[in-house]
This record gives sequence, structure tokens and C-alpha cells, in this order.
Amino acid sequence: MSDPRTLFEKIWDSHVVHTAADGTTTLYIDRHLVHEVTSPQAFEGLRLAGRKVRRPEATLAVADHNVPTTNRAAGIADPESRTQVETLEHNTSEFGIEYFSMADIRQGIVHIVGPEQGMTQPGMTIVCGDSHTSTHGAFGALAFGIGTSEVEHVLATQTLVQKKPKSMRVTIEGMIGPGVTAKDIVLAVIGKIGTAGGTGYVIEYAGRAIRELSMEGRMTICNMSIEAGARAGLIAPDEKTIAYLKGRPMAPKGAAFEAAAAYWRTLPSDFDATYEREVVIRAADIAPQVTWGTSPEEVVAITGRVPDPANERDPQRRAKLQRSLDYMGLKAGTAMTDIAIDRVFIGSCTNARIEDLRAAAVIVKGKHVAPTVQAMVVPGSGLVKQQAEKEGLSKIFTDAGFEWREPGCSMCLAMNADRLQPGERCASTSNRNFEGRQGRGGRTHLLSPAMAAAAAITGRLADVRLFKA
Amino acid sequence: MEKFTTLTGIAAPLPMVNVDTDMIIPKQYLKTIKRTGLGKALFAEMRYKPDGKLDFAFILNRMPFKDAKILIAGANFGCGSSREHAPWALLDFGIRAIIAPSFADIFFNNCLKNGMLPIVMGERDVQEMTREAQDGKEFTIDLERRRVIRPNGAPVPFPIDDFGRHCLLNGLDDIGLTLEKTADIDKFEDEQRKTQPWLYSAPKAEAAAPAAAAPAAS
Ligand code: SF4
Repeated sequence: MSDPRTLFEKIWDSHVVHTAADGTTTLYIDRHLVHEVTSPQAFEGLRLAGRKVRRPEATLAVADHNVPTTNRAAGIADPESRTQVETLEHNTSEFGIEYFSMADIRQGIVHIVGPEQGMTQPGMTIVCGDSHTSTHGAFGALAFGIGTSEVEHVLATQTLVQKKPKSMRVTIEGMIGPGVTAKDIVLAVIGKIGTAGGTGYVIEYAGRAIRELSMEGRMTICNMSIEAGARAGLIAPDEKTIAYLKGRPMAPKGAAFEAAAAYWRTLPSDFDATYEREVVIRAADIAPQVTWGTSPEEVVAITGRVPDPANERDPQRRAKLQRSLDYMGLKAGTAMTDIAIDRVFIGSCTNARIEDLRAAAVIVKGKHVAPTVQAMVVPGSGLVKQQAEKEGLSKIFTDAGFEWREPGCSMCLAMNADRLQPGERCASTSNRNFEGRQGRGGRTHLLSPAMAAAAAITGRLADVRLFKA
Repeated sequence: MEKFTTLTGIAAPLPMVNVDTDMIIPKQYLKTIKRTGLGKALFAEMRYKPDGKLDFAFILNRMPFKDAKILIAGANFGCGSSREHAPWALLDFGIRAIIAPSFADIFFNNCLKNGMLPIVMGERDVQEMTREAQDGKEFTIDLERRRVIRPNGAPVPFPIDDFGRHCLLNGLDDIGLTLEKTADIDKFEDEQRKTQPWLYSAPKAEAAAPAAAAPAAS
């Protein structure tokens, strides 16, 4: 009998090309996603060294960070953004890599496109020059973000030089209550272990609350693993995973699919496998969450209040809390539900899949956005947008006064024209509330799509559980 | 890549925890297709006032820290995005080493790929060095002997793995090193093609989206 192994160990072991004496491993990479912001210098490096892409067919490229979300026909107005997107187009055609252009219905946020196309599969190693590559771990794939030098390394060699991370299991016991979503689970996890809590680890999420989630919900959880500092997030593949993949364009077909599925079923952690760290959270203890500060760990239940830095004993941490309060323009002790907002953003690779839009539409239906609020929905891909239009969700949003946009990263990082003005306060379904993330001086409160919808209607942060749908 | 052997220079203290990559270089500077010239964008939102003028309250705008080669920071430095523009901006400004109690993983790797040395040290040591750095005195980093020599002459050892140290000391491009293992990679692929053939024959994305690609209504 071989030793019991975790899902992570099984994937790692099956991708080792070479291990050096000090443990440095050359790890094989099965799939590589590419976007316009972190790749130009990598392709340039290949060209300068006269190197080729080892497996162009294992790579897929899409522009998402810089693309406009309105009036696509007019092209990209900003010259630098346009150059970056054109550079990607040029590089992918020169090196023979498949590219979804802005005119392609399949274009969207790279971490939404990969799973949607069935490119993301259990047991794979997947990388992208983007920290939210952790999203793909929802399928039981070892997926992590890399820098541009590493992008170049993968293009040239289809491998990466890595140190083996440690493993952590986060178990969410029992079932979440009504109005509580995957976003609330992952925010609660980050609140508990902190933004550096997962540094050096791969986190496997387990427990009934995780198993019961849809694939979309699991992607939301794994997506934000990086906000806990983790190298990657993982969820064991099961019949839900297999059903999701069946029939997707890039998934195996027919007998090959059955063979793949048989392999995928062997991947979940052995029951007696051990982890270097274990964290257990009771699902019943998780209320809808909302961040108050400028780090994802600065989060409370919607029923809570803005904390008081005076209660923090560590001077450096106290200074950080005070800086967050000052930046956010908040007073210690304020009830979260007393905080008025100016903007609502429903989008990003965390929460712009069809299920997210459905959850928000349920709250919005038949109501109107508060007069003081400007709200927008940015679907995660052209296919999500099309599906939402078919289901009538877009009409629910526009009737309520939301703007309905073209797919892309948009105001998640405000690299295109979609951004907050200084001092504006936004309820956002994205993943980072860093200073200036959504625009210089902009103030971000992270929450779930349903909570964002409730905030849009009331004009304040609101407890979706008290909301009459 | 430039070799990293020893480095002597002024260290700028930045005693903040969770310094994220959005702070190190805001997104408006990520639109470049080059690696160079990003020093002016380093910590832009803290370094410049809204009118674009230098804010002299910020450490890196003041003498002698304008010329710092080392940064001494708080825990979890470089958290957030994978943007390699963050180490590029630090390097272009003149910083080649960062000392902190902990770093975010991707940022840490990105530094090594650019001939920069991220040094992990205990909170106590970092706090003492932060205080010393305030006087603008010089620190020396000796990578060969894995130690930092403080202005008072006291050496403080730091950990670094053999591979990372070897690459830094010799200024090695690790793509070149990996390409020497091409035979191993070929062998790996041959084996994987047998055990998981679907990874090699998977259909390409189809030109038009088939109905099955749309997420099913639940
Ligand atoms: S949606 Fe936001 S977090 Fe996701 S890839 Fe785009 S910019 Fe990054």
C-alpha cells in the first residue's frame, strides 16, 4: 500500500519532471492562460533569445484587463491599452497560440473563459500570469498565478521551477444559512486566517458546505484563496465537476471523456491523508460578510460594526487599521448598515458568472436602484452575457436602472475607463479593496452579488436576509 | 541577469504591513509592453500628490533615502497581484534587496527572477534594523555568506535556498537551465501521453459557441 496522499500531493507527484537535491522541482505545466497585461515582456524575451513556444496548443489567450465595456465597435480609445491588446494579438499569431479577440463571443475574463470552454480539468497543472488563477482549483486542478518571467519560462519549456508548497485543509462544517453564499464563506475564511494566513500553502476546501456548492460557487471560493495569501485553492472533483465539463468545447469527447472521468474520480484526497495545517469553521456561524477596510481580511458580518483600532495591541497593526479607517472615511463603531454608498459594481472573476447574475437579479427584480447610486453589471464573458440576456436577467437589471455592459475586468481594477472618483464609495463583488484599486481615492466594500444588489436598491450596505424579494 | 554577490547601500525604512502590489505600482502604469522605466511609477499614489508634485512626507522622496538600495518593510510585503511590474519598478528605482518578516509568494519569486534579493528575517531583527535605517546609515548584504551586516557591524544571518542563491550569485537565466533538461521534459510528455492521452488530443476551442457551452439554468 502506498502512503495516503492529498489531492494536492497526487497532482504534484504526477507532474514532477525533475527534483534537485535542495528540493527545487521542475514541474510540468499542462495548460497556460495568457492575457494582455502580463505577457508582452515574456513574448519579447522569447524573441530576443530566439526561443519558440514549446506547446502552443496547450495555451489560450484572451484580452480582458484593458478592454472597454461599452461601445466595442469604436475600438479601444486609450492608445496604451490599444497597443497592449494589439501586441497580444500580434504575439499570439506569431507564436501560433489560440486567441479570443474582443469581437469573439467567447471573449471574457480569463478565469471565467477557461472553465467555460472546458479547458480547466481535474488533475491538471494550470498557470497564468495572474494571481486569480487560483480560481481553476475549483475543478481539482493545481492552478496558480505566476509573474511575467515565469510566463516566459512556461512558454519556452512547458515547465516551472518550484518549491513544493505546504498543505492546509479548511473545512466548512455543516450547511450555510439562507442569504449566505460562497463569497461570504471565503470572506469569513480570510477574516479568520488573515491575508497572509495561507502564505506558502495550498488550501484544500472541504466539508459539506463546500460539497453542496455549485461549480460557480466553488470557483468563487478558490478565486479568493490568493487573498488569504495561498499559492492555490483546491476542491476535490466530484460528479458535479464531471457533469459541468461534459460537452464543453475543450473537454475530451466520447470514450476519451469516460477515460478522463475515471481518472478524475481517483483524485480526491485519501481519507487518512494528513495536512500541515487544519482550520475548521462552522457554516452556521457565517453571516453575510462585508469588508470595511483596505485589506480583504478587514471584514465583518453585515450585522457588525466598524472596529476600533484602540483595541489592537500590536502598534504596526494598529497603525494599519487607523490608516484603513482614514482612507475609507469611516468612524470606529459605525454600524455597517449605516454606511451609504455611491456606486455598485457587479462583476469580476470572483462573481460574474451566470449564477452570480441570477442571484443579484432575484433581489433586483421589480425594484429600482436608489437615486443616489450608480450601478453596473459587467458579465464575466460574452457567453455569460448571452445566457443572461436569454434568461431575461439583463432586462431585470436595466429596468431597475443598472447599466448592462460588455465583458471584461472593468472596475475590478479600473485599468479601462470604468473607475471610481476620489472619495466615492462602492459596493463591489470583486476581490480586492486595496487603496486605489478601483480608482485613486476610491473606497471599496467587498460583498456577494446578492448583497451588492440589496445595497444598490437601498443606497446603503444592507443585510440581504432582511430584504423582501 | 545582473549578478548579486554583495550589496552595500542605504536602507529605506517602510514600516507598514501588507504593502500590496497595487501600492507598489498602481495599474495605470501596467499598460507598458516594456520592463524598463517603471521607477518613476514606484509607490506613485504615496509618492506624488494629486497634482503630480512630489510629496516630501514620503520616505523615498527624502535625502538620503532617494538613493536607497535596500527597503526594510513590514510583514506580508508584496501581497496581491502577480504583476512583475512591482519588482521591475523597485529595481528601476534602485532597490535590489528587501528585508521583511514575510513576503507574498509570487512577489518573492518575481524578485529572484530579476536579480533581486528578498530577505526574510524575524520581526525583532526587522524592527531593530528599521530604527537603525532611519539614520540613513549603510547596510551590507553578503549573499555568499547569507548575512546582513548592520551599520553597527553586527552580522545577522538569513535563510535562502541553494537554487535561488546559486542563480543570483551567478546571474543565471533559469530558462537556459531548464532547457538543458529538455530530454527529461520529452520523456515526461511521452509518458503522460500514454497515461492521459486526452491531454494531448483534446479538441481545440470551436469557432462558434455551441449551445452546450452556455451554463445550464439551475
Ligand atoms: S476580474 Fe479583477 S481580479 Fe479577475 S483577472 Fe480581472 S482584474 Fe484580475
